Amino acid sequence: MSYVSIRDLKVSFDGVQVLHGVDLDVARGEAVGLVGESGCGKSVTWLAALGLLPGKASVSGSVIVEGHELINAPRPKVEAVRGGRIAMIFQDPSSSLNPVRTVGHQIGESLTLHRGLDRRAGRVETIRLLDMVGIPDAAKRADLYPHEFSGGQCQRVMIAMALAGEPDLLIADEPTTALDATIQAQILDLLAMLRREMDMGMVFISHDLGAVGVVCDRVNVMYAGKIVESGEIGPMFDAPRHPYTRGLFDAIPRLDGGRDRLIPINGTVPNPSALPSGCAFAPRCTKASDFCQAHAPELKPQPDARNLACFHPVAPVAPQGNATEDRIFA
Amino acid sequence: MLNYMLTRLLRAILTILLVMTFAFIVLRMSGDPAAILLGPDAPTDSVAAFRAKWGLDDPIWKQYFAYLKSIAGLDFGVSMRDGSSAIVLVLERVPATLALTVPTMIIQLGIGIPAGVYAALHRQTLADRGVIMLSIFGFTIPSFVLGLLFVLIFAVTLGWLPSGGQDSWRHAILPILTMSVGGIGILARFSRSAMIEVLGQPYIRTAMAKGLSWRDVVWKHALPNASVPIVTIVGFMVGSLIAGAVVVESIFSWPGIGRLLIVSVSNRDLAVVQCLLLVIASTMVIANLCVDFAYGLLDPRLRAKTAAH
Repeated sequence: MSYVSIRDLKVSFDGVQVLHGVDLDVARGEAVGLVGESGCGKSVTWLAALGLLPGKASVSGSVIVEGHELINAPRPKVEAVRGGRIAMIFQDPSSSLNPVRTVGHQIGESLTLHRGLDRRAGRVETIRLLDMVGIPDAAKRADLYPHEFSGGQCQRVMIAMALAGEPDLLIADEPTTALDATIQAQILDLLAMLRREMDMGMVFISHDLGAVGVVCDRVNVMYAGKIVESGEIGPMFDAPRHPYTRGLFDAIPRLDGGRDRLIPINGTVPNPSALPSGCAFAPRCTKASDFCQAHAPELKPQPDARNLACFHPVAPVAPQGNATEDRIFA
Repeated sequence: MLNYMLTRLLRAILTILLVMTFAFIVLRMSGDPAAILLGPDAPTDSVAAFRAKWGLDDPIWKQYFAYLKSIAGLDFGVSMRDGSSAIVLVLERVPATLALTVPTMIIQLGIGIPAGVYAALHRQTLADRGVIMLSIFGFTIPSFVLGLLFVLIFAVTLGWLPSGGQDSWRHAILPILTMSVGGIGILARFSRSAMIEVLGQPYIRTAMAKGLSWRDVVWKHALPNASVPIVTIVGFMVGSLIAGAVVVESIFSWPGIGRLLIVSVSNRDLAVVQCLLLVIASTMVIANLCVDFAYGLLDPRLRAKTAAH
């Protein structure tokens, strides 16, 4: 049974629908990736699930955490899940920490809330957590303010704060996007290490397929507020079948490849207030037929255990490298 | 740090000096105290004697340096009307003005900030719109109109409160109410926008994601951040309170420094006006220093900047 089960989650802002019925399951201890371009609804899915969207958002559907429904649940019930069962870290670590409180205070707050530690015990645990996420000289630095830390260190502090509640699941919402490449790698290693050590589930939201491949067991690809393909990392990365997923892989430069031109996905993400009828990806897809323009494909289980929403998927196992006929998105 | 404090202090003294100089020049260019104090029918030789006694025949720069010299020796001059010490005249009136301004400030803070914060937390509701409308009304209506309106309603029509004087605490109610309204409006408006700005910040979402109750998110995370801009506006308001006292004390015949200022300016009682302006300018400068100090307490980022100076 899955730990979190999201069914038909829909979100709209001021009448513009941005999430069109997302179904997603995360098993206990599992690491799931959620990828897609900016604005496709990756973050919104989890912000909506935890009730963290601003008041003007209207949310419908169902989010069940260990048998408890969160959508339209009373506020204390949702607050009991946040931090303690499901913790979340965000894209911009520097502005995600309160600038007028010391980092020690902010971590201690979680410890008091979720583990009932008093000030002294909280302090000891805060230092242990900071030490664990790799903040040097933790005892001294716990008394510093967020502006005295670099972006990467702020993200470590955010991670320590998330771990303070001993959550079963950590939602990492583009945790490395705002950081430079070497720091990104360090944070990814840290997350992977913590997940192993603490036996914690993780949802890794990113547009970086490489990062998802390092951290996750399964991956969901989102486009325009819907999941278009999902499955195990191995088969998905070896043979992406949705033309959009395939396009994402083709747009990644290869270190070992020749100096071929990258194959971009033409066009841009559609405006949520003016989605094309039928498949939302059809206007950018070379495989699209008239049927695709008129009908929206549903996410359906495939024989190879993945889920796919496409009428004309890429051939099941495409040989790596040269099958250009299949992946020209002129 | 010491360097920074010294710069601040020097700047404060310079500000006061500029105000004093400006007042000195304007007062001497805008009318002859001898003519006003002695009246239009005074004989020319008594006017000449008066001018000679107060040094009004000297060139203005000479008068100015004489004035600076006496100020440096903490001699603030005497009133041209009755020869009593100007500083004593002013200080006598200070408690009456404080009796209006201190309660006014407390009322402004006590109503304005909570109303603004409430409106921000209940955005787009009837309460929010009500607060916006009332606060616009509050800071657009001039205090002399509001004061007369209150007198008309509460003193003349209803007869509940006295319309002027300083005989009991009941006499203070209408002036305090009149002075409070504008500041409540400004503070409510400002607190609302400061709070809305802060509530949209990523760290508020972090605090919520932590599992804190909404109440804790507001009290422990949003308000401490919103207090920085609110303190700025409170600093300005301390200054405008004294300006407000000038008008309100005149309407309600309240014997504070505001009324003394009006009387002294119209009499061209130079030493008293200059002494009053010195007190008022110092109050504003001190209020600003307090705001700077409060910044450091409230926001560690500004504290760091201060230390780096």
